[in-house]
Amino acid sequence: MFIFFASFLMYLLLVWSGSGIPMIEVVIGLLMATVVTFAYKTWHPEKRLSKRGLDPRRWFGFVAYLFGPFALGLAKANIDVAKRVITGKIRPGIVKVTPALKSDVARTLLADSITLTPGTLTVDIDDAGAFYIHWLYVEDENPSEEQLYGNFAHWARRLAE
Amino acid sequence: MAFFILVIAALLVSVFFNSLGAVSLYRFPDVYTRLHGATKCTTFGTIFIAVAVVLYAVGRLLESGENRFWVLIIHTLVAMMVLLVTNATGAHAIARASHRSGLAPAKAVVDRLEESCSRGGASQ
Repeated sequence: MFIFFASFLMYLLLVWSGSGIPMIEVVIGLLMATVVTFAYKTWHPEKRLSKRGLDPRRWFGFVAYLFGPFALGLAKANIDVAKRVITGKIRPGIVKVTPALKSDVARTLLADSITLTPGTLTVDIDDAGAFYIHWLYVEDENPSEEQLYGNFAHWARRLAE
Repeated sequence: MAFFILVIAALLVSVFFNSLGAVSLYRFPDVYTRLHGATKCTTFGTIFIAVAVVLYAVGRLLESGENRFWVLIIHTLVAMMVLLVTNATGAHAIARASHRSGLAPAKAVVDRLEESCSRGGASQ
């Protein structure tokens, strides 16, 4: 259900031109959202259309995460990588970490967060839910979750599981 | 006026990080480390371009009160969200494809993925 509303809202946001939205655009938006939803359903028949993604508390939580801890981590890590680009001091390697996340959405959220904060890059994930992360400066060959990405896993669990 | 000083500041930050992204392509040894610089410094830089656009639009909105600046703000925010998602996914796809086609990370001190692949572990 979430994907339907997300694509519909996205369409309306893109056609809105400062004064009202003509009826024909709303109809086209509904049509497009239906097509997208059915296409998604065809690719992933095992996924049920759930109402969980529509919970507004999740949305507020997501926005709070995006502008709070995530933005902070992004800024800190970017300055760190900028220093490494200039000094050329790197010690790369691929480390393994296993956060206890079960749902696909939570894993995707965490993997995207890890990839967006520079210095860490998710390379692969296996069936058991272990993340293989390319790290620009390996401090520890068997790192803890805290060292790699702070409290992102905690947030992913809260928002998407 | 204060807004336009902020716009210029944001643009300077974005130019700095975007050029670091380009520099990192020359400084770093292999595809994974280059991806760090090339995709993420540019993400940060491009976010600041978006911030500059939003600040500019807010400044003009307060000045004139025209609705079209709201449209500019919303479209920029949508573009920023899409950029965050696609950039992370693209970087991950490139990294995963290179590792699966057998490209080992250069100068790596540890490669857990290679170890578990040769044990027959992580295979998807």
